[in-house]
Amino acid sequence: MAEPLAPAASHDHDHKPHGWRRWVYATNHKDIGTMYLVFACTMFFIGGFMAMLIRLELFKPGLQFFDPQFFNSMTTMHALIMIFGAVMPAWTGLANWMIPMQIGAPDMALPRLNNFSFWILPFAFTLLLSSLFVPGGAPAGGWTMYPPLVLQTGASFPMLIFSIHLMGASSILGAINVIVTIVNMRTPGMTLLRMPLFVWTWLITAYLLIAVMPVLAGAVTMLLTDHFFGTTFFTAAGGGDPVMFQHIFWFFGHPEVYILILPAFGIISEVIPTFSRKPLFGYEAMVYAVASIAFLSFIVWAHHMFTVGMPLAAQLFFMLSTMLIAVPTGVKVFNWTATMWKGSLSFEPPMLFALAFLFLFTIGGFSGLMLAIVPADYQYQDTYFVVAHFHYVLVPGAVFGIMAGVYYWLPKWIGRMYDLKLATWHFWLSAIFVNVLFFPQHFLGLAGMPRRIPDYAVQFTDWNMVSSIGAFGFGLAQLLFPYIIWKCVRSGERVGKKAWEGAHGLEWELPSPPPYHSWTTPPSDAVIARGAEH
Amino acid sequence: MICAKLAPLAPLALAGAAASGFPAAQADSGWSQLNVPRGVTEISRKIYDLHMEIFWVCVAIAVVVFGAMIWSIITYRKSRGAIPDGTLVHNTKVEAIWTVVPVIILIAMAVPAARTLVEIEDTTKTELTIKVTGFQWGWQYDYLDEGVAYYSRLDRKSDAARELLSGIDPNTVEHYLLNVDHPLVVPVGTKVRLLITAADVIHSWWVPKFGVKKDAIPGFVNEAWFRVDTDKPGLYRGQCAELCGRDHAFMPIVVDVRSKADFATWLKDKAAEQKQAAAPPAAPAVTPSAAPATATTAPPATLPDQPRTL
Repeated sequence: MAEPLAPAASHDHDHKPHGWRRWVYATNHKDIGTMYLVFACTMFFIGGFMAMLIRLELFKPGLQFFDPQFFNSMTTMHALIMIFGAVMPAWTGLANWMIPMQIGAPDMALPRLNNFSFWILPFAFTLLLSSLFVPGGAPAGGWTMYPPLVLQTGASFPMLIFSIHLMGASSILGAINVIVTIVNMRTPGMTLLRMPLFVWTWLITAYLLIAVMPVLAGAVTMLLTDHFFGTTFFTAAGGGDPVMFQHIFWFFGHPEVYILILPAFGIISEVIPTFSRKPLFGYEAMVYAVASIAFLSFIVWAHHMFTVGMPLAAQLFFMLSTMLIAVPTGVKVFNWTATMWKGSLSFEPPMLFALAFLFLFTIGGFSGLMLAIVPADYQYQDTYFVVAHFHYVLVPGAVFGIMAGVYYWLPKWIGRMYDLKLATWHFWLSAIFVNVLFFPQHFLGLAGMPRRIPDYAVQFTDWNMVSSIGAFGFGLAQLLFPYIIWKCVRSGERVGKKAWEGAHGLEWELPSPPPYHSWTTPPSDAVIARGAEH
Repeated sequence: MICAKLAPLAPLALAGAAASGFPAAQADSGWSQLNVPRGVTEISRKIYDLHMEIFWVCVAIAVVVFGAMIWSIITYRKSRGAIPDGTLVHNTKVEAIWTVVPVIILIAMAVPAARTLVEIEDTTKTELTIKVTGFQWGWQYDYLDEGVAYYSRLDRKSDAARELLSGIDPNTVEHYLLNVDHPLVVPVGTKVRLLITAADVIHSWWVPKFGVKKDAIPGFVNEAWFRVDTDKPGLYRGQCAELCGRDHAFMPIVVDVRSKADFATWLKDKAAEQKQAAAPPAAPAVTPSAAPATATTAPPATLPDQPRTL
């Protein structure tokens, strides 16, 4: 088989700047991808530290450590940092690294925009985190920022709004880049229905981002003018409506949860076939399922607010549309299972994380289905049951998806294999503790513990203790992750271009590590066809 | 089906093993805190049944789906010499089945849910109307037709124990964080309508055993209703369910459900007492605007109320 790229790659005519300029002036998709991933990892640990403080206070009833206001700041900041600082940048980092390699392109379409969209983020989060040190403390009204409560925020209020503007701008620019790259830079022969699922899910995610981030920006700008310029968008006394904010917010917020999870669907759809040594079952159905989930995500938003007092017809509509989402999501889960059926499975770390995703994300899907039933939701709304639900889809869902992706492609990026045994330890500790952490929260919610409270009635003590122990175990286990990566970079064993036996796709046709400019000449049709064996 | 019922309990057993080492808190240990209460109103029991129905549907689906996954993981291992069947990439019939069957299950779930929802939303033919106003941080109850109104706040013992490093063990406080000074009093067997609103930020009035949770939104009035079974007088507790600032955790709800006769007596005494108290000029007006807007302002004056131990 011809390897047109190998010789080109061996010449080091990258013209890459060295030292700090390489990073500050970065225009290379891999450098920017690396920065995104390092940034996301940093934020994951900062947000995780806040989660540890939350679980520390909740270990037993009575206030032991923090003032309730500070506790509320922690829940608010933990959410904002994990969503906008950890998960979203991690996806953009993976998109930067992988999309050009997977579609046969040399780089992203808009390299300077790429640089800009990354470098906005450190400023956004410096601004947000520095709000911890201003009078009145960090924002404490919840990441959902419901007025009128959020309007009571002290000096950190404009910092909150402006940092969200910045995060939104960064996401929109990143999404534009992804769309332009996928639409224009695919190598000839890489038809849409030959694209790897990760590229597909990211394309759809990018459209979701462009559709809803401006909506969030609009909503927070209205908060800003309500606070400083005397408008009354969300104040009944001036003819406004506080519930309107919730509608606008969740019109952003629901597609947002799919922004967080769709790229994980893509990664799982790459990892399971690789380690089942069998093509993905129902490739086209998978693409259509993602597209229908994305469409449905725009018409279900009010299921986050069934208790605000909506008309009966509206509640029925949002209940039915929400239940519908179970259909394409079910198709995905069934197809992943069918991919393993009659395969030849091995259980390397990426596969382990993908399997945990499969089981635990499905549990999150079940609780999601329960939450869709409006009368039952009246009992679940704003309890720990909801907390358990969305952490099941976001931690063993989105975060395990990211872990699976990193463990899958790390040998490709570095050209070295990581310590598989240690990574397996990382997996088992994470998978066990994540359940000890979040499963009891279902019980707490059903038994009546509201969310976002720093102190609770004594009958909730036992499960809170179990949950906190799980949290500390999970938090400690994550320290293995950067250590494994560091060890891999320093002293991992060299790997060939195909790090995994069953791997397919254009990225595995490039050397490991890949050349600085991924595909400088388009791959041959035979190479594309070999990669596109879905 | 026995098997199916036990399957989801496996993780519980694991978690429970870890929990059993801890001292049981008062009468309620973790094992009595696993599920939604069945409640004391017809609606709350219908909600409970819906909840259990959808739960068992999920369990049944889980058994099938997780079963297939576990079967694949055990059977088709490379280490056991499994040869991949690369032709198995598409099967229209199977794919149609696993698209259509979930739709049917969902419809079967949606119909009873919609029916119950229609009942919940029926606020006609109510016999007693009480206005509920949430404020930072407590509730105000206003018996609109009788002119009786008072505030309901966290009781003193909980309030003292909940201070940061108070030195008071919450386990020694009866109904820690779930007790108030003046509970809402209602009669049994009566369709009570609540008009729910708020004075400052959004709150949410929630009593799990009534199956009622409704947001209290400043400037808007929401409706909810409940009818407690005739044979179930007693004290029922709940909490604010919408983040409403620093002391969100400290504004519980207690409903004192009495027999119709007891309630009538209570209401009459209360009205007379408030009339008397209103006569001297210093009586504070009971309006939502009297509620404090921020934590720093003085707590609202509590109207005179007959001392009553709970």
